[in-house]
Amino acid sequence: MSFLAITRATLAKDIRLEWRSKDAINAMLFFSLLVVVIFSFAFDPTAEESRRIAGGLVWVAFLFAAIVALNQTWARELRNQVLDAYRVSPAPATPLFIAKAFGNFIFVAVLEALMTPLFVAFYKLRPLGPSWQLIPIAVLGTWALVVNGTFFAAMSLRTRAREIMLPLLLFPLSIPALLGMVNSTAAVLTGETSPTFWIALLVAYDVVFTTACLLMFEAVLEAE
Amino acid sequence: MSETQSTPVVVADGLIKQFGRFAALRGVTGEFAAGKLYVILGDNGAGKTTLLRTIAGLAHATRGVISVLGFAHINEARSQIGYMAHPSLLYDEMSGMENLRYFSELYGISAADVDKKCRDAINAVKLDPDLDRPVGQYSQGMRQRMSLARALLNDPKLLLLDEPFSNVDARSAAEMAILVAQARDRGKTVFVVTHQPAQLEAYADEFIWMELGRIVDRTATLGGRQ
Repeated sequence: MSFLAITRATLAKDIRLEWRSKDAINAMLFFSLLVVVIFSFAFDPTAEESRRIAGGLVWVAFLFAAIVALNQTWARELRNQVLDAYRVSPAPATPLFIAKAFGNFIFVAVLEALMTPLFVAFYKLRPLGPSWQLIPIAVLGTWALVVNGTFFAAMSLRTRAREIMLPLLLFPLSIPALLGMVNSTAAVLTGETSPTFWIALLVAYDVVFTTACLLMFEAVLEAE
Repeated sequence: MSETQSTPVVVADGLIKQFGRFAALRGVTGEFAAGKLYVILGDNGAGKTTLLRTIAGLAHATRGVISVLGFAHINEARSQIGYMAHPSLLYDEMSGMENLRYFSELYGISAADVDKKCRDAINAVKLDPDLDRPVGQYSQGMRQRMSLARALLNDPKLLLLDEPFSNVDARSAAEMAILVAQARDRGKTVFVVTHQPAQLEAYADEFIWMELGRIVDRTATLGGRQ
């Protein structure tokens, strides 16, 4: 039994299910769109103000929108108790977690790719720092959101109020990552400071939490 | 009786399973031989489903010991267990073939054999492997059969079926009962939890009666209990 084959099959299955239902991506898009439009009308910032606040605005919007995808990814495993079919099989737990985390990464990345031009247009954003640095920031920041989110969504799976439980568990732990995302993005947009420290923080955060999630996921999956 | 049939497939010794303060199993003890069809009976809350889930490794005993297919650690037996629950354990948005192709990956069925194995499993339950409709649009009877096909996919030695006849019409239930008996005839050990034991009266080797988390009787016939 191949670890990679199970990961690939589970990821392909999740993408297929999302492609057919579009449950997560539609909800995330509408939510992010609302944030962009409402905040642009509420604040009407100058270009300079936009550069300072956009990092926070963008990442908070993506964080809240990602909750939808994170809840959805496990909700479809609860319907018809399909997760039990995985648990009763000889497949190890880790490929399931990795596939779910990668699936969520793809969904949130698609959202970011669709919403970023809108953020740029509505907030008249033009980075004054090296804009290519936004790519590693986006990758590391998105992974930070989804790796913990996937884990805690699995943990809150069997709780009664799981849609409330996920943000309660996830948001406090995401604060260091959120600081890294917001400050590094603001550093690139304003060009005033170097984002290196914040990017390094994101790398460390991703390594630590990915390792911890991988080590603990089997216990979460086997919990009754 | 052959040597294989006399070897116990499941051995339970003092199994206790508690959910908080509620004890679903209160000391289940017994040996169950290979190649037989066991029907587990009892009122709601008697512990039938919990016993089946404990054998499947989906529930962990609070106390007591269970060995499945000779393994004390259930992980080693998983590749030889087929499990069908009351819900379908299938993705509603995918077709039967798509579902089975995914689950065959979990059992490490080689890519060259996947299509054949999936088709064989679907044919075995008298469904059409080329049916392109999502499982969510199947009738309840078809869903139950596809669920049985999923349980048979890995050609398991031990087949655990929880309420396979529920919510299906009498004809579908009778057809399911024949499929279950055929699985036993192919050498599999089958445990069936059901509230409709009459469906299996003609085929079952033993009826296991449960009450309040215990096995209180084991009889060869449905009417054999005093």
